[in-house]
Amino acid sequence: MTHSPPAASVLSVRDVCKTYAGRQILERVSIELAAGSFLAVVGPTGCGKTTFLRMLMSEEVPTSGTIALDGRKLPDEPTADRGVVFQRYSVFPHLTVLGNAVLPLELAAAPRFGRLFGAARRRAEATASAMLEHVGLGPAAALYPAQLSGGMQQRLALAQALIRQPRVLLLDEPFSALDPGTRADIHALTRRLWQETGMTVVMVTHDISEAFSLGTRVIVFERPIPDDAKRGARITHDIPVRRRTQRQPAALPLTPASLTAAPLTACPPAACPPAT
Amino acid sequence: MRLINRTPPARLDLVLKAAPFVLLALAYTIAAIARHDANAGDKVLPTLGQMIGGVREMLFTRDLATGQYLMLADTIASLRRLLSGLGLAVVISFTLGIVVGMIPYAKRLLLPFITALSMVPPLAILPILFILAGIGETAKIALIALGTAPYMLRDLVLRVEELPRPQLIKAQTLGASSWQIALRIVIPQMLPRLIDGVRLSLGPAWLYVISAEAIAAQDGLGYRIFLVRRYFAMDIIIPYVLWITLLAYIFDLALRALQTAAFPWFAEAGRQ
Ligand SMILES: Nc1ncnc2c1ncn2[C@@H]1O[C@H](COP(=O)(O)OP(=O)(O)O)[C@@H](O)[C@H]1O
Ligand SMILES: [Mg+2]
Repeated sequence: MTHSPPAASVLSVRDVCKTYAGRQILERVSIELAAGSFLAVVGPTGCGKTTFLRMLMSEEVPTSGTIALDGRKLPDEPTADRGVVFQRYSVFPHLTVLGNAVLPLELAAAPRFGRLFGAARRRAEATASAMLEHVGLGPAAALYPAQLSGGMQQRLALAQALIRQPRVLLLDEPFSALDPGTRADIHALTRRLWQETGMTVVMVTHDISEAFSLGTRVIVFERPIPDDAKRGARITHDIPVRRRTQRQPAALPLTPASLTAAPLTACPPAACPPAT
Repeated sequence: MRLINRTPPARLDLVLKAAPFVLLALAYTIAAIARHDANAGDKVLPTLGQMIGGVREMLFTRDLATGQYLMLADTIASLRRLLSGLGLAVVISFTLGIVVGMIPYAKRLLLPFITALSMVPPLAILPILFILAGIGETAKIALIALGTAPYMLRDLVLRVEELPRPQLIKAQTLGASSWQIALRIVIPQMLPRLIDGVRLSLGPAWLYVISAEAIAAQDGLGYRIFLVRRYFAMDIIIPYVLWITLLAYIFDLALRALQTAAFPWFAEAGRQ
């Protein structure tokens, strides 16, 4: 797919500070996020990455500063224009896989009962099934989330968050509970979904290689003085990531050597000098 | 091997489970035989034969005054009170529990009040109920409802609060309104928990049925037990107690079966 031309900022964060009970967590955070970009947020545990994301989803309000979505002040509560996937508890345990995927469509189409019946339901289920096939959950449609592996649950969470095509997708360490093999698969899926939808993504992670392999831009949060309650974390690095060899593996003959070489082309951290 | 790692083999399973029941029955029989050896007219520990006789009397002989089969009439009267009272309590506590658990304004307004109300010993207000509603069915049903609803309500509020916060955020990011969240996310997840609440409330509910019947009634299992106590009719009291226990046990089993059948996801999710 062709990336949309660099448009005005989808998300615009200006001088945002956040204090919890007199403790400064974030300090003067400002960032402009272009449409279609994939922002990865890294930083040490407890530096305020989740807090930042929670402000983006309106679960928290900044102590000072402003956040705008498409030039308008962020709504005071979570809305359908910002989809989320958390590390856990992102899908509904009482609904089957298909039920979870249909739910967003039902909520949109049936304000009174939040439930569709008859032909409308079959249409919504067809859309949801197609989405499930797309993320590799077709055969699991009738299962409950508790019967899925962690990786499958997160695939479902992604599908559910994407089915109504939010403006921005917010991910809080969505893959950090997964084992490495599963994680590689779901990284590929995430990249594919992002390329297909052209959506703007903000992903918090503490895995630096994950940040550089998925992100088009990586920011680092850090406290200037770790133990000082008066000083919060700021953006200490803002690194654009150029994926120089994105399409290269497909052009190569499929030899074992090229297969093993393929993941390396996805720009490891060391190969990405900060472009300051 | 450590005691905590030793599990009984399958063939011992039933033996172990039945042992306390069998032992109790055995101890009772021995004591009853001993007392009857000492005094053939003993009424305190009736033998199995005497109890069967007593039950037969209650089951198959029409009462002279009312023309009814007493045990059947008593059972129907007690169950009607139990189910009406518990049903009322379930409807009130479920509705209020969801509202109070979900809506901060409702929680501030009602939770302290409900908590205070639940401290009132229900039996202590029984006289008030009798004065207000007379000694008819209304007062008894109100007692059962008042006795069980506050517990179920507070339990449900806690369960709603226990729902992972990310779930509610996620629902909002899928565009759900408060009403839709109640309908599609909260209520469906609270129903199996409500069943747990009802199971735990069955004991207190029976307590209030028997108490109300003992104090003011013309029929019912509790009424009968307290009535025949005057004649030391242990051959009726003991079978009645066993019957009440069996009824309560069947309800518990039925509710558990309903929970697994209607909410297959619940046990799965609990295991995670
Ligand atoms: N609701 C809250 N109340 C008070 N302190 C909080 C709250 N949420 C987070 N914190 C504190 O803010 C800091 C940043 O937390 P968080 O954003 O979760 O960090 P990260 O996601 O980077 O690990 C932590 O020290 C945490 O204890
Ligand atoms: Mg975090």
